[in-house]
Amino acid sequence: MTKLTNRSYTYYFLLPAGIIYFVFFLLPTIMSFFFSMTWWTLTDWKFIGLENFITFLTEPSLNIGFKNTIIYAIVTCSLKVILGLLLGVFLSQKLKTIGFVRSMVFFPTLLSTIAVGMAFAMMMHPTQGLINTSLKIVGIAGPDWLGDTTIALLSVALVDVWKGVGMATVIFIAGIMSIPEDYYEALAIDGGNSFHKFWNIIVPLSRPAMNSVIILAFIGGLRSFDLVWAMTKGGPGFSTDLIASIIYKQYQGGFYGLSTAGNVILFIVVSALAFPLYAFLNKKEVDL
Amino acid sequence: MKAKKKIFAVLSSAALFAGIMAGCSSNSDSASGDKDEDSGQVTLTILVDNQTNLDGMKAVTDAIEEKYDIKTEYELRPGGGEGDNLVKTRLATGDMTDLMAYNSGSLFQALNPEKNFLDITDEAFVETIMDDAKDALSSNGKVYGIPSTSFMAGGWFYNKKIYEELGLSVPKTWVELMANNEKIKEAGKTAVIGSYKDSWTAQVIVLADNYNVLQQHPNFADDFTGNKAKIADTPGALRSFEKLAEVFDAGYLNEDFLATGYEAGLKMLAEGQGAHYPMLSFALPMLEANYSEELDNIGFFPQPGESADENGVTVWVPGGIYINKNTEHAEEAKKWVEFFVSQEGIDLHNSKIKPQGPPAVKGVELSDDVYGAVKDMLPFFESGKTAPALEFLSPVKGPNLPQIAVEVGSGISKAKDGAELYDKDVEKQAKQLGLEGW
Repeated sequence: MTKLTNRSYTYYFLLPAGIIYFVFFLLPTIMSFFFSMTWWTLTDWKFIGLENFITFLTEPSLNIGFKNTIIYAIVTCSLKVILGLLLGVFLSQKLKTIGFVRSMVFFPTLLSTIAVGMAFAMMMHPTQGLINTSLKIVGIAGPDWLGDTTIALLSVALVDVWKGVGMATVIFIAGIMSIPEDYYEALAIDGGNSFHKFWNIIVPLSRPAMNSVIILAFIGGLRSFDLVWAMTKGGPGFSTDLIASIIYKQYQGGFYGLSTAGNVILFIVVSALAFPLYAFLNKKEVDL
Repeated sequence: MKAKKKIFAVLSSAALFAGIMAGCSSNSDSASGDKDEDSGQVTLTILVDNQTNLDGMKAVTDAIEEKYDIKTEYELRPGGGEGDNLVKTRLATGDMTDLMAYNSGSLFQALNPEKNFLDITDEAFVETIMDDAKDALSSNGKVYGIPSTSFMAGGWFYNKKIYEELGLSVPKTWVELMANNEKIKEAGKTAVIGSYKDSWTAQVIVLADNYNVLQQHPNFADDFTGNKAKIADTPGALRSFEKLAEVFDAGYLNEDFLATGYEAGLKMLAEGQGAHYPMLSFALPMLEANYSEELDNIGFFPQPGESADENGVTVWVPGGIYINKNTEHAEEAKKWVEFFVSQEGIDLHNSKIKPQGPPAVKGVELSDDVYGAVKDMLPFFESGKTAPALEFLSPVKGPNLPQIAVEVGSGISKAKDGAELYDKDVEKQAKQLGLEGW
């Protein structure tokens, strides 16, 4: 019997990539599930069951991260979607300076997160920072953006939005550009105005783009670390600690088992939130 | 994220492993060239961490080479936890250098000194080491190391100009200190500089209170280590947290203390924008580098306790230099360490790096150009009114103290709640490290 298709390449070509994937991804992942249940000093370990997980979930300095992370993910995700969509609509018009404005919106995405964090931390200084000194000129006493525990997390989230909205906008522009002209023509014949155009055509038909933005921004928010670390290091106290920054601090403290347990928890949290969200969003997509 | 972290973990252990291998090879190289047959010169190897400024040590080893014909070869290692792992691995594999510079206190005692280091208890020069330092360089009553630098002290730096201007005198009790603060505040100046943006600076008031804690509870360090005493239930220890809270509650801190960092704090102290800055004396070289003209206006007093009779200073014990038990050059190594703690050795060291506190060796005279703040510390050392910081007496130290101190010191949480949270943090650390009794 002859083969229907003639494979030109052997499967052995997959081996190098497969080995790398196994050694650097699968193996450590499996190991981390084991070490999350131990006291681990890198050279020595002792099995202790679920104690690390219990510690992580019960200690206030550790579990504050869950609340903060969810708030952070929801705030950054929703703002990126709303602002990204509006900017996307604006920037898919035929303007003379469109190239310049688009690059301006996208520019923050290109910057190093650490540099952005440090720059904003300086600008948000309560007495000498650019933001509050500017507000003072118009007679407003600005808050202590990063020192006031009630707003510090939101301040960091806003910087995240500033930095990430460019990427969301680009995805939205691509989505809006792919909507066929026919729909707009039909709308014009029916005598619809620009609000109808936005609400009845652009929003439903750029759904795939919106779903990508929601998923990317939400997962990005859940596992965010670098910006918080650059701006507040989780402070003041623990008020801006996210799960990822807490894990990092446990690792710094030499609690390798505990920090691995934190990673496993983060993995579970991200999966438990992202997969259902993804399934839900996919159901709502319509064909063009 | 998870995948990335894992990859990073594997890569970093690979890098660490490569580092260890590199360490092995460089050591075997030096071992083969150990003795120069012609001149009879001996080469000692020493392992130091790469965070230390070696100018002082090199001045001493140059003199040792000239005097005893003993050459010193430096090997660098990383600091922090990574360095700890490297030291432990090299000790375990019998691959340690002849001499080793490392922390003193509990970190050193965790290295199994009986097995790894040469007992120098009976050497004459050991007698000259100050007791606080000697204890931290000992294990089970045997001395294994010499102090590598001078002491550091933790307490309150103050601006002498402001004190003169307002006619204040150095406080001997906490009540006097708070009264001074009130007067400074009334004069429209910042009484206490807070730089809690760098959260480690917020711990100083708690850590530098250990002398006062031990006055009230002499066994606190042991009980704390053995899980028999909690900070929140020990009035004297809880007092340290209360002091931190009082400074905030009374409004003595600068307005933007949560956005002010360590370097800005030093600037405020030097330029007289703030009167007090609770800090460790390692700040002195930086003050000298940036504000050398103001340096004479900066004084020091220990964090005061309840009574003026019990006024003493909490000290940070210097790291040690230890001799490898399996070295082939034990006699030369002993000569090396003896010279290092002699007046001549310390003078040479201090000529390159100004001491940040009183010397850890008895009878050593300091030169006149020593920092004024260090001179303020000397009387306490001469009268023996010193106690090491808790971290030198106990291996138990929770990693979240900086954040908890910021919470207590900025009114986010009460002193008692902060102390309880820290007790839990400590429990977590003790369990993770597998300490006895937890």
